[in-house]
Amino acid sequence: MNELSRRKFLSRLTVGLTAAISAIVGLPIVGYLVAPLFSAPPDDLVPVGAITDFPLGETKLVSIRDPSPLAWAGQTADTALWVRRREQSGPQMFQVFNINCTHLGCPVNWQAGAKLFLCPCHGGVYYSDGSVAGGPPPRRLFEREWQVSGDRLLVRQQPLPTVKQG
Amino acid sequence: MRLLRALAKLPRGVASWLGERFEFEDSVMAVLRHPVPRELERPVGWWYVLGSATLGIFVMQVVTGVGLAMTYVPAPNSAYDSLQFISHGATLGSVVRGMHYFGAGAMVILVLAHMTQVYLFGAFKFPREANWLTGSLLLLATLAMAFTGQLLRWDQDAFWSIVVAAEQAARAPVIGGWLASLVVAGANVGGATLTRFYATHVFLIPAAVFGLIGLHLYLVVKRGISEPPVPGIVVDRRTYRARYEAMLARGIPFWPDAAWRDAIVATAAVAVVFVLAAIFGAPELGKPPDPTNVLADPRPDWYFLGYFAVLALIPPATESIVIVGLPLFAFVFLFLVPLLWPDGERHWSRRPAAIAAVALPFIAYASLTVAGIESPWVPKLEGGTLPASVTQGLAEPERRGADLFVSKACFACHAIQSAGGRRGPDLTHVGSRLNRDQITARIATGGGGMPAFAGSLTPSELDDLTTFLLTRK
Ligand code: FES
Repeated sequence: MNELSRRKFLSRLTVGLTAAISAIVGLPIVGYLVAPLFSAPPDDLVPVGAITDFPLGETKLVSIRDPSPLAWAGQTADTALWVRRREQSGPQMFQVFNINCTHLGCPVNWQAGAKLFLCPCHGGVYYSDGSVAGGPPPRRLFEREWQVSGDRLLVRQQPLPTVKQG
Repeated sequence: MRLLRALAKLPRGVASWLGERFEFEDSVMAVLRHPVPRELERPVGWWYVLGSATLGIFVMQVVTGVGLAMTYVPAPNSAYDSLQFISHGATLGSVVRGMHYFGAGAMVILVLAHMTQVYLFGAFKFPREANWLTGSLLLLATLAMAFTGQLLRWDQDAFWSIVVAAEQAARAPVIGGWLASLVVAGANVGGATLTRFYATHVFLIPAAVFGLIGLHLYLVVKRGISEPPVPGIVVDRRTYRARYEAMLARGIPFWPDAAWRDAIVATAAVAVVFVLAAIFGAPELGKPPDPTNVLADPRPDWYFLGYFAVLALIPPATESIVIVGLPLFAFVFLFLVPLLWPDGERHWSRRPAAIAAVALPFIAYASLTVAGIESPWVPKLEGGTLPASVTQGLAEPERRGADLFVSKACFACHAIQSAGGRRGPDLTHVGSRLNRDQITARIATGGGGMPAFAGSLTPSELDDLTTFLLTRK
C-alpha cells in the first residue's frame, strides 16, 4: 500500500465518520421536529352550546376548546367561531364560519347593525351568509361542518392554514 | 518603598505574561493592526463605520437578550404575564426590554445603511463578492430576528401575526400547507408554537448569525477594506489585486489609526438606544393573546408596516404571486448583485442605475410605510359617535338617520367631519355632490368596494339615512 492511497483512505475514512456523526445526531432531531407535520390534523366534533343559545336570524360568537391541548397552551387552546342560525331546523339550520378572514387569516368582526363581517387587517368585508362584499378576500368565509345531536350543536375542528381548505 | 515600586509594576507584568502566553500579539493584535488604505484617514473614513456600529448594537442585543431570557417564560400560558413583570415589576426590566426593542430597530436601520453604503461605494465588487453574500445572509437573519422577536411579545398582535405568517406561507406552491404547519409547529397556533419561535429566536438564528459574522469579519480582514472609490478608476479583475497590494504597502494600521472612528459611532449608536430605552422604556404590550377576542387590529412594528400596506393594497388577483414572488425576487437580486457586476466603475456618480436601485425601493417603501401607518383601509370597529356639531339641532327624521349612520356601521368606513373610518369616501359634503336617488341607490346596491345594504336596512331606514346624508352640504 503506497503512501498516497493510504492518505486517500484515511481522509475518506475521516470524512465518512464525520458524516456518520452528523447522521446519528441529525436524523432523530429532524424526525422530532417534523413529526408534528405528519400527525393527523384534529377533526373531532366538539360541542359549542345548546341550540337554544342561538336565536333565529342572529349571528353569535362562540368559542370551542381544543379537547386535548398541551398543558401549557393557555388561551391558545381556544378557537372562536361565528355561528349563524338561519332556520328553525333542517339542513339549512346553521352556518358556522371560521373567524379567520380568507385573505390572510385575521379575525373578522360581525357588525350586527350592518349585517356584515369586517376584517381589521386589510379591510375585507363579507355579507351575513359569508360571501364577499368587498376588499381583498379571494373567496367567501370558510365554513365548518356542524351537526345537531339532541339539543346540542357540534362543530368539527380544523387546522391552519385555512387557505388550503374548502 | 521598594515593595511599592514592585507592586506598581505588577499590572504591566501580568498583562505581558497573559499577552505572551495567549499569543495576543500574533493573533488579536495582528488582526487589529491589519493595514487599510491611507485614504481612510481623511473624512471619507466616516463612511466606513456602519458595520462596526451594527456589530456594537448586535453585542448589545445579545447581552440584553440573555438578560430577558433569565425572566421570560416561553410558554403560551405565562409568556404575556412574564413580560408584564419584566416591563413593570422587575428592577430596570423596562430599560433592558426597551434597549432590546429599540436595538432591534437600530439593527434593521444600521444593516440597511451599511449595505447601502457598500453598494453605492461599489465595495461589493471583485474580490469582495463573498463579503456581500455573507452580508446579505446577515440582513436576512436580522429581519428574521426582528420578526420572531415581535412574536415572542405574545400579545394579541403577535398571535395574529403568526396566523397571518402561516397563511402567507400557505400561499407557496406545492409545499405551502407544509410550510404553514412548520410555522405554527402543528395544526394550529397553540402550545407548541411559542416554544418553537423562542428556540428559533434565541438559538437557531443567533447561532447562524455568530457564524456568519465570523465569516464576514474574516473576509473583511482577509480581502482588506476597500479603498474609497474614485470616478474613472475601474475594477479590473486582472490588475486589481496588485494595485490594492501597492496601496496597502503605504497603508495605515486599522488599529488605532482608523478604529477610533468606528468606536465613536458604535458608542453613539449604543448610547442613542440606551437613551431611548431610558426615556420611553419598553413598548406596552397589546391585549392578551386571546384567540376568541375578535376586537383585534394586528399590525407589525414600524419597519414592517410597509409590507403590511402591500398586503392591503395589491390587487387580489396578483396577490399570491406578490406574496411569494416579491421576497423571492428581492432575495435572488441581492445575491446576484456581486455576481452580475463584479467589475467596472465603483463610484456612485458613474452608476446612475445603482442610485436608482437604491432610491426607488427606498421611496416606494417609505410611502408604503406612511400608508401602513395611516392604514385608511382598516374599518373603525370599536364604535364612536358623530361629533356634536353634526348631530346638534337635527330634527326627525334626520336625527334617526344620524343614529343609523353609526348603528349600521356606515361610520366604520365613512367619516363625517373627520369622525369615522377612512375606507370609503368622506361624506362631510355628500349632500352637495349627490341627489336623493343617487344616495339611495348607492346605499342599497353598493359597488366600488362598498357592500350592498338593501338586505340590512328597511325601506324607511334607508329613507331616514338618505335624508340625513342630504343635509351634509
Ligand atoms: S386578512 Fe382580512 S382583509 Fe387581509
